[in-house]
Formats: sequence, structure tokens, C-alpha cells
Amino acid sequence: MYHSMTSEDIALLREIIPADRVLTGDEILSDYFHDELSGTHSEPEALVFVLSTEETSRVMKFAYERNIPVTTRGAGTGLVGAAVAVHGGILLCTSRMNHILELDEDNLTVTVEPGVLLMELAAFTEEHGYLYPPDPGEKTATIGGNISTNAGGMRAVRYGVTRDYVRGLTVVLANGEVVELGGKIVKNSSGYSLLNLMIGSEGTLGIITQATLKLLPLPAVSISLLIPFRTMDEALDTVPFLVRSGTNPTAIEYMSTDVILYAQDYLSKKFPDTSHDAYLLLTYDGQSQEEAEKNYSEACRLAIEHGAADAYFVDTDERKKPVWSARGAFLEAIKASTDEMDECDVVVPRRKIADFIKYTHQVARELSLRIPSFGHAGDGNLHVYICRDGLEQSLWEEKLAAAFEKMYKKAGELGGQVSGEHGIGFAKRPYLRERLGEVQIGLMRRIKEAFDPKGLLNPDKIFTLSDED
Amino acid sequence: MNIVVCIKQVPASSNVKVDPVTGVLIRDGIASKMNPYDLFALEAALSLREKAGGKVHVITMGPLPARQVLMEAIYMGADDGILISDRKFGGADVLATAYTLSSAIRSLETPEEPVDLILCGKQTTDGDTAQVGAEMAEYLDLPQYSNISSLTLSEENPKALSVVSTLGSDILSASIDLPCVLCTDQEINTPRLPSYLRKQASDPRMNELIRVLTLADFKDSDPAHYGLNGSATAVERIFPPDKNDEHVFLQGDPRESAQKLLDLLKARKIL
Repeated sequence: MYHSMTSEDIALLREIIPADRVLTGDEILSDYFHDELSGTHSEPEALVFVLSTEETSRVMKFAYERNIPVTTRGAGTGLVGAAVAVHGGILLCTSRMNHILELDEDNLTVTVEPGVLLMELAAFTEEHGYLYPPDPGEKTATIGGNISTNAGGMRAVRYGVTRDYVRGLTVVLANGEVVELGGKIVKNSSGYSLLNLMIGSEGTLGIITQATLKLLPLPAVSISLLIPFRTMDEALDTVPFLVRSGTNPTAIEYMSTDVILYAQDYLSKKFPDTSHDAYLLLTYDGQSQEEAEKNYSEACRLAIEHGAADAYFVDTDERKKPVWSARGAFLEAIKASTDEMDECDVVVPRRKIADFIKYTHQVARELSLRIPSFGHAGDGNLHVYICRDGLEQSLWEEKLAAAFEKMYKKAGELGGQVSGEHGIGFAKRPYLRERLGEVQIGLMRRIKEAFDPKGLLNPDKIFTLSDED
Repeated sequence: MNIVVCIKQVPASSNVKVDPVTGVLIRDGIASKMNPYDLFALEAALSLREKAGGKVHVITMGPLPARQVLMEAIYMGADDGILISDRKFGGADVLATAYTLSSAIRSLETPEEPVDLILCGKQTTDGDTAQVGAEMAEYLDLPQYSNISSLTLSEENPKALSVVSTLGSDILSASIDLPCVLCTDQEINTPRLPSYLRKQASDPRMNELIRVLTLADFKDSDPAHYGLNGSATAVERIFPPDKNDEHVFLQGDPRESAQKLLDLLKARKIL
């Protein structure tokens, strides 16, 4: 169906993009064949590093004329295989488009290239007294990747997700045309929001080459609370009370002690407290110490009223470091605790989190698997990890499939969705199709067709163009 | 075990500006916090108390608002606090500070409750001298180790501690007799967090939990030994070191690069 690239194609490509940025064969490091987690593995025929919208447009015109598939990739930190070139073709890497172009303090926006890393943007905005609120755990992800998956993160409880902070995008379409979507505008009722269609489309509709993002003034004070509970049930049952308390927490994370212990081993750094079974980690932002203190004091009182054993203040940099570095290392720590694992990033209504976690424990017992989890209690997004722990290949595949089947089904029954923030990519397509059904997947296919009639942009991601899944 | 932990309030921001003309730290509007290194000393004391029993007292020197840092230590688990506060202590250099702390500790001791162990952080993040612990030990005539990265009860001798001191690339393991002074490094532990329940319980009892000592309470109450009068040194000027972020990258053939480097060093009169 797609054109396989010939040496002539490569030579032509090297005429439109400087040759040292067009890699083929052994020149391409194996890192570019996979992402951070999913088993998706495939070699591109060419790896191209673009430096501008114009170059990206040239590559797309070239690919469009020749029917070559193009997969966009940022830092490759995805977890579902979205940035893997499953049909070969061109892997178009935007990681070198990494400039922060403009800070507009009158419109409270920052304009960046897609390869800027989340941690670079955070440092830049904070240095200038502003906050870019989306805060996914993977700080070395690119902004382009964050937009493409509509990444969420820990501050979603108060501030929302990436979608809520994208004001404008420059996008290169499948045929190389360039469009400007949205802009530095707060309101917009001007037709279909192609901007919002692009956000979360995982490179299947266009290639983001510039983004204008909304900023907030940097909170003067930010304090976290580590709240210990005797059981995870008690911890999670407290969450709805905190959410509706009017204290306006920025983050509500849940963590079990077994996961904290993995992080302790992984980081070789003791966590400040492991004497209880379960913890909630809350953050409160404020423009003054008094404002933050009023809110977190009320949260402490509420939590203790609902069974918390105490509440600990995580109020200075040196106190935040061991707590948040452990929280940030959970994924890698669980990964290090086993030989292989896969993840389930479901989102359920907040009130149903406890039900879902109990169900994961049930699945773990039924299938004799270890299934640790942690996640965003405040927004219903869980990160559930199924660990192989030395299982023989066919048994592992069988058990993994059974566990996924059960958990995605349960998430659906609870009114949830397949992915809260990691996306669908290649790995989660069957579960999305199961959850959304033919009508919605059919609409998505027709949208894809409108943007990308030849099906060249990141093919077979999110859904397949045919009915193969 | 009767343990005293010396703590200090420092600016909460690591980015405190220095007035380039007067050389004084601009503390206005900057919140205070416990010196980060003192957290490790306090945690070491609390862990030791859990094993050996006894009490953990925290002590600081400063004006009345410095009570807050003592309360914070109490939220973490300290039994009580001592605030050394007197205008006559003002302007103390490290030597006078060490003498003041040692005098306060001597004044607190009773024959029934001698102080067994004095713990300090290895240095503060504002002064950065790392001298007060050692000088205090001299005044108290007690043995002392710095940079303590491990601290356990001695298995052989109930009146001694086993310590590990990390000194750059050397590691020193030793047994030290009590009473003694130890200055802890950050590798030693992960400090526990202040507790809301302890805050609730202790805030209403602040006046009872925190004892304020003035010069009049000291065994040596000669004002000439304290504050500015008792200081052996005077700070003439504090200034931020010059920042030089300039980098020159020499790339290409090593011989050519070496020549370029030589030319550069000569041009700048370094060679």
C-alpha cells in the first residue's frame, strides 16, 4: 500500500533536507525503533531531523507525492507506541526544534517550538514569574508530544490538562500545506475547533511545528501534604470530601507503601515515612502563605476526620525533594522491580477510583499477577502496571491480555475511558475500539480521511483505517 | 539519652540577594526556614531517642520570632525548645555564637540530667562557615566529629556511639565516648516531616514548651564575652563572588586546538 523508499528517494530527500539530518540503515540508533514502554518495535526507512515549519512542509510534500508514511516523534518518552514508525517510511523527529520563541506578558502566552522539553519550559516560565500548569510526570517529554497526547499530569485537579493551555498551533498538513489554528485569543466561536481536534490526535492529523501556550502567574506559595492512612480504601474514600471541600487542591495523588518501597530501592533514598499502608499527597498553591495555610489546614482537618492517621507538611525544597522525587520515579521504580511490564492508564469518575483499585487487586489474585498502581486520585486517572515477574512468554502474553481485557471492561462499566493521559497509540487500539464502538471510531476514520486522504500520517495509530483490529 | 540539637533559622530562598554596596543579605520579605542541614541532625536525634529513650531538646539563638523554628522542630518530634534571646547577644561572630551556645547548654545541665549528646548540622546555608559545632565542642571540652554520615549506638559500650564521618574521598569509622558533639551530613538520613497533629497539640502550649534564656540565666553572665563584644572577628564586607559564565569551546584538530589554547592563554596574560 505504501511506497518503500529507494536509494533514489533518500538521495532526493537529502536534497531538500541537509544530508547530515537524514539518517538511514545503521546510522539510525535502535532507540528510534521503540518508545519507553510498549512492545511496539519497528525500524523507519529514514530518520529525519527537521529544524523548521518550512522543512517539515518540504518533507511532507515529498512524502505525499511518493506515498511514504510519516511518523512524528519528539523525545520518544511515550508509553503506547504512538511514536514508532510501524509502517517504516519516514520518522520525522522534531526534537531539534527546541527553541522558546516568545514570552508575551501582555497576552500571558509563551510560543515554543515542539521539541522544547517540558522541564525546559517549566524552568523558563518560572524564571519569568509564570506557571505553565500541565505537569505530567515525564519532564523530559517534548511539548509537541504533550499536545499530541493531551497529556495531563498531577496539577489537573485544579488547573486542567494540556488542552486547556493550548491557544494556537502551527500545523503542517499531510500534503505539506501549513495552517495556523487558534491564536493568542482567549475566546473563539469561529467554526469547528480544528485546534482541539489536533490536540490529542497523536500525529495522525498533522504535524505540530509551533505552539502558543497559555500561562498563569506563578503562585507565590506551594506546599504539599503527605497524608497517611491505615488502608487504601480509607485514603480513596477521603478524596471526594477533599475535592468538594472548597480548599481547591492543585494535586491529589495516591500511593501505596509497596510502590513507595520500590521507589526507595530504585533511588536508594529513604522516603520520609513508610509506617502506614497508603498515602495521599496533596498540593496547595496560593498567592500568600495565609491563603495556602488556610486551605491546607482545612484539608488536614478533613482528612483526619475521615480516618487519616496524621498529616505531614512538605513545605520546603528539602522536604519536597525526597517526596516528589519518589513520586516522579514510581514508573521507573516499578519497571526496575520486574523483567517486563505493561501499563493501563484508565480514567474513571473520581468516586469510582476505590472500586477500580479493588478490582485490580481481584484481577491480581485471579490471575496470580503482581499489579501495583499509583496515580491521580483527584482526577480519576490511574496508572496500573502488570508485572511479568519471570513468567514464560506465552503464559505472560495470555495473562497480560486477560488482565487488560478485564480491567478495560471494568473501567467501561464504571463510566471510564481507556486512557487518561498517555494516549492510545498502537498498543491500546483494540480497547479503544471496544469502548467507543463502531459509530465513534467511524467518525474518527472519516475525520482522519479529511485531513489525510492518503493515510500517511502516523498510520494505524489510535485506530486502523480498515476493520482489522 | 539527653540530646540537645542546635538549629538555626535561615532564609527560605536559596536565591537571597546581597546588597552589592553594603554587602548585607537582603532579608526583607524573605521567609525563614530551618537550616536544611539541621533537619538531619534533628532526625538523627529523634531516631536515637527511639532506640535509647530520653529527650530531645532543640536550641536556637535569635529574636522572639525564632521561636517558630523551635516549634517546627517540636512538630517533627522534639520534646521542647530553648530560645537564647538577648540584645547583648547581637552581632556575634561564629566564635561568640559558639561560646553563647556552649554557655546556654552548660546553664541548662543539672547533675541529674547531664547532656549526653549535642548534635548540629554540618553548616548553615546562610553563613556556610561550618565552624560553630567544632568551636562549641572546644568551649565545652568535649570530643567532636564533623560530616557524620552514620550514627548508631555502640554495641560494645553503652556510653559511646559508633560514627562514620565522610571526609571527601576518605571515610572515617570511629567510636566516640559520650558526651560529645557531632555535626551531621545530609547522607545520614531522610528527615521526618512536621506533623499536623503535633502542631495542633503543641501550638497552644508554646509558652510552656519553649523556654527563653537571657544573659541573666547564664552561669557566665559577663556581657563582654557575648555578642559583638565577645567576637574575635568582624565581617567587613560580604560580597557575591564574581560570576563568570564565559566558555570558549575549541573544536577540531587536537594540535590546532592546543595551539589556539596556548595563544588564548598568552593573549590573556595567564601564561
